[in-house]
This record gives sequence, structure tokens and C-alpha cells, in this order.
Amino acid sequence: MLRIFNKIRRTGRLTETIPSPDQAVVELGATCQKAIAARFGGSLAIRMVDAGSCNACELEMHAVNNSFYDIERFGIHFVASPRHADLLLVTGVVSRNMQAALKRTYAAMPSPKLVVAMGDCAACGGEFGETYASCGPVANVIPVDAVIPGCPPTPLQLLQGLLELLQVAPK
Amino acid sequence: MRSTQPMWVTPGKTAEFASVLTEGGVRAEQCVALPGVTVGLTVPKEDWGRVAALAVEQDLRWSAVWGEHLSPGFQLFALFAGGDGHLLLRTSLPEEQPELPSQVSSYPAANRPERHVQDMFGIRFIGHPDPRRWTRHQGWSEKDFPLRKDFPLSGSPLAETPPDCDYPFVPVSGEGIYEIPVGPVHAGIIEPGHFRFQAEGEDVLRLEAHLGYVHRGVEKLAEGRDLTGLARLAGRLSGDSTVAHSWAACQAAERALGVDPPPRALALRAILCERERIANHLGDIGAVCNDVGFTFALVQCSRLRELWQRRSLEIFGHRLLMDRVIPGGVACDIPPERLPELFHDLVELRAEVEELMPLLLEYPSLQERLRTTGILSVELARQLGTLGYVGRASNHQDDLRRDAPYAPYDQLLVDVPAYLEGDVAKRVRVRGDEILVSLNLLEQLLQTLPEGPLQVDCEPCGQSCEGLGLIEGWRGETVAYLHLDEAGRVVRYFPRDPSWLNWPALERLILGNIVPDFPVCNKSVNGSYAGQDL
Repeated sequence: MLRIFNKIRRTGRLTETIPSPDQAVVELGATCQKAIAARFGGSLAIRMVDAGSCNACELEMHAVNNSFYDIERFGIHFVASPRHADLLLVTGVVSRNMQAALKRTYAAMPSPKLVVAMGDCAACGGEFGETYASCGPVANVIPVDAVIPGCPPTPLQLLQGLLELLQVAPK
Repeated sequence: MRSTQPMWVTPGKTAEFASVLTEGGVRAEQCVALPGVTVGLTVPKEDWGRVAALAVEQDLRWSAVWGEHLSPGFQLFALFAGGDGHLLLRTSLPEEQPELPSQVSSYPAANRPERHVQDMFGIRFIGHPDPRRWTRHQGWSEKDFPLRKDFPLSGSPLAETPPDCDYPFVPVSGEGIYEIPVGPVHAGIIEPGHFRFQAEGEDVLRLEAHLGYVHRGVEKLAEGRDLTGLARLAGRLSGDSTVAHSWAACQAAERALGVDPPPRALALRAILCERERIANHLGDIGAVCNDVGFTFALVQCSRLRELWQRRSLEIFGHRLLMDRVIPGGVACDIPPERLPELFHDLVELRAEVEELMPLLLEYPSLQERLRTTGILSVELARQLGTLGYVGRASNHQDDLRRDAPYAPYDQLLVDVPAYLEGDVAKRVRVRGDEILVSLNLLEQLLQTLPEGPLQVDCEPCGQSCEGLGLIEGWRGETVAYLHLDEAGRVVRYFPRDPSWLNWPALERLILGNIVPDFPVCNKSVNGSYAGQDL
């Protein structure tokens, strides 16, 4: 137990001590936090759905929760149920086999709801496009409020994309 | 912290198999073995099942099955592994009534792969114990077969694909037994798939996975692509294995065309592949511990993974190393002035892992939860042909980097950790050990990094050609079959992710465990959904 405490003490608070790229995170997050405070009563709940991704977007989504980005400090958190969600974050082209599941998840969310298509596949079809197996980009299946391009978008791009949406989306 | 068990690798000998078949009364003909394959055999379709029965007697490991539509008929391939290399089996089938005996009674691992072939080609496997559809949900009709050449890439889908509600799960009945359907959308940040539990109280009596939700038609999409396009597609088959799959696809292409990538490119590919292994193992160790509520490990491992990924971006240009492996070589380099940083990273990470792993392995309340949870017995691991860390935690030590080494691993000594217990704790521990092995390999690779070009041309050879890529990815043996036409375009690409062999293990190792331990068991196996859904 002491070894664990010691390790935690020595690791320190990464969120504040790392220079340059993380400074951008802090600034971006602060602006984001204001928007969230104004529009969502202080917290933004995200439900993610992988509709046909290769899992790269999910890996980067996990990364925004690590100590360096720590997205939760800005009031943004991932929730288990669409019924608790303000925003649906969709990755991947929408496979035919996930079309119904995506639509049902969307339908289960309370209004007002926002949809963000994360990554090139979700935004425009990427390498997979529209085929016998894929419905193509997310906008072909449910209304999309914003896209975050990238293959996959970096954690910083993900945060930036969310901020832009919060600034421009109609209330 | 390392412990070495009596080594168990697949003992069978592919070189002797042709004579075994002859003695067994099978009319096998030697055919040209593809580069990278030790033995190539053509057998009559009627003997397909019998060959498998003889192979299992000879202790060969079953690796993959795939088909190809070559109008007016089909070719079917099966890949087996022995201690001395790989054996590729072929047979031909007519277009009318394409059917042949199943290999499942000898190799349970062939179960879902054969069903995938059945759904995609309309080939029937006689005697298959479970011929339910697998990859096909409701996206196309049972009379359509997407990998037949007359099926267009666009297909003729409905505007709304109905949900796959009627998949015939095997029922379990009895007093007090209830079912829990989970997915395809799960509670966390994870890929989609459906799990059907039958439980009594908290104990899992049966688990059945229904996957295929992220079927994107990768095999069909590959048809007609040039090699650059193929490498991009292969790199997006499973995002966490982008290096492994793009390397396997490029290796298959290079072998088909008789091209040798320059030594510096091969060394860089291995560096990328080991970096991918380390990043994923770090993520998994943290995530497994987090699934029993031990967030300390998640925070520490995510920190190390993030630093590692940032370095990948700085030096190699991509956090996950996508599109770095290209046909004929690599699309990145290590400038000499960055070498000291990379060496420094190795020292740092080694110190971190050597501090962290004993801390996790000796922490009683964590080990209480991980030890004896989700046991995959040594016998079952062999029977299912499990790969990578799942196999090694159950003492199944096959590792292509050591057993069938390809450049640059033929110049390196690869240590393969293994344990007998086969529980979640050991699947975590193997990952920790493998990080240290990879750090060793990286040190050697950086020290001996050859000078020279990064890429050679992959010109079409003017005739139809085939190649097989075999790469030890972070999940285990990763296979790519490639058939190119005279212009160098893809006629057939089949990637076999190791997850095909590891997913069935999850359904077995969960039995007798409690439902709340499913997440930790699942994460300890960490099969790729996208990699097997194709």
C-alpha cells in the first residue's frame, strides 16, 4: 500500500505540470467549460456509439480521459446510457448491421440532443464509403450537428471539435 | 519477475505431412508452396475433413480457412502451423453445389471461420455441427453471397436494415435460469457486439457471442485496389493492430512480387510493430485492473501509454502508427539526432514497468480478484489454438518471431514468456513480460539500425501471383493472403486477425465465473471486433 501511495506522490499532478501542448488543452478546456456551463447546466454527458469503426477512434477517446487531457475536469463525461446523454459521439461508417442499433440509441436520448461524427469514416465514409455492408457516413443515418475529421482525430482535435460545436450549435 | 515454464510449442511437422496423407489414403499433390509457406498441398475436396483429422493427429495447429471465387468455381484454402513452418492446403469446388466436408470435428477453431466462408461464398460445409449464419445479419439476403464475383460492391441493400433480432441463440432452460442480453451497444467506450448470458444466480452457465456488427466489407472493398490502397485498408482493419495488418498485407504483396524491402525498412517495421505491442499492452494492463476497480493501474498505464504515443507522433508521424508501413518499405524514418531520445525512452519505460508490475502482482486485494478468475486450461488453449498472450498465459507459446522468423527477427533472440495457470492474472503478467521483451528487441533494433533506402518499388510482375503474409502482431499470429492480377491489382485479400482464434476462448473461460466478472475476463482476452467482423 505504501508503495502505491509513494508512486502516486512521485508521479505528481501531470495535468498542470506538462508544458506546451497541454497548455492548449487547458485554454481550450476553459472556453469549453464556459460554453457547457451556459448551455448544459455545468456538465456535458456523452454517449459514444461505435457504428463501424476500426477501434482507433475509441483508443483516442480513451486518451482524453487520461491524466494529461483529463476531460472530466471541464465537465465533460462519458455515460453508459443514452437516456443520460446530451451528446451522441459516433465513430466509424455506419455498418448495415449497426444501422438499427444506432437509430435506436439516438431515439433513446432526451431532446435537445447533439450528434457529433468523430473521425474520417463517420464524417465522410473514409476508406469504407457506402457499400453493401456500410451505409456510409453517420449523416446518412441520423442528423449530425458537427464532424471531427482525422484518422483518428487526436485527443486535442476531439476536444477542439466539441468546443466548436458548443460555440456554433443553435441553442 | 520472469518465470519460465517447460516450453510447449506446436510440435507437428508440416514437412512430413504429405507422406502422412499418402499413408492415410488421401490423394495429395504437392503444389508450389507460396513464399513464406513451407509446404503447399492440393487435395480432392472429398478429403478436406479427413485431412484435418490426420492433421490433428500430427499435432498441427489450425490457423485459417478462406475461399476465393475463380469463375467457374471456387478455391478453398486452409492454413496449418507446425513447429517447422506453415502448410497451405488447397482444393477446388464447382460453382454448382459447392460443398465439402467440414474440419470442425477435428478443429473447433474452424467453426466460425467456416461459417464466414459459408455466408460470404455460399459454400456448404458438410457435417458442420453449427451451420447457423455468422457474418450475415439482415444486411443481405440468404441467397446473396458478397464475395462471389457477380455480387456488386454496392449490393442492393434496403434503405433500413432491420435489426438482427431473430438470431437463433442456443437456448438453455431450467428452473431459476435466466438470460442476460448485452449489446451490441455496450456501456463503455468499446466496440459493438452482442453477448448472450445464461446464468443461475450470479454464475455464468453459458455465454454465446454474436459478432459481425462492424462488418464493413473489407474483403470486397480490397478487390481491384492497388497496393497503396490495400495497405491503407489493411491499416484500418483493426485500429490497434494497424502496423501488424499493414505489414502482413505488404509482406504478402512483396512475397507475391518477389520484392525484398531494404534492410532499414524492415528494421523500422519491426520497431513500429514492437511500439504497437507496447502501447497496447500498457493500455490493457491498466484497463484490466480498472475493470476490478483498481484505478491506480489505469492512471499509471494510461500515463505511460500517452507518453509513448506522443513520441510515436513526434518521430514517426502518427500516434497509432497508421500508414507508416507501405508497399516496398516504410513511410517514416528515425533521424540520427533523435536516436538518443528513443534510447532514453527505453530506459525510462523499463524502469517504470519494472517498478509497476511487481507492485500490481504483489498487491493482495488486486490479485485476489485476478487470480483464478477466467481460467483457460492448458489443454483447452491448445485445442482452440489460441494465440498471443491468451495462449501464452496457458503455456501455448507459439510466436512467429521466434518459430518462423522473418526479417529482421531472424537476427534477433526473442524470449517468449509463458505460464501454466491461464487466469486473468497471468494474462496481465504475460503482457508485462512481453513489454520488457519488446524493450529488449527495440534496443537491439535501434543499436543495429542499418543504413540505406526506406522503400523499393513494387512493380507489377506482369502475371497473376499470390503471396501469404505472416506477422506476429501484438495479439498474435496475423495472416494475410493476397492474390494479385497481372497489373498488380488485388483479386483477393483475406486478412485473418488472431481474434478469430481467441474469441471462442472467452466463451469457455467465463464458465463458472460470476456475471460481474465478465468485463475483466473480456478485457483480459481483448479480442478485436472490427478485426474479425471484416
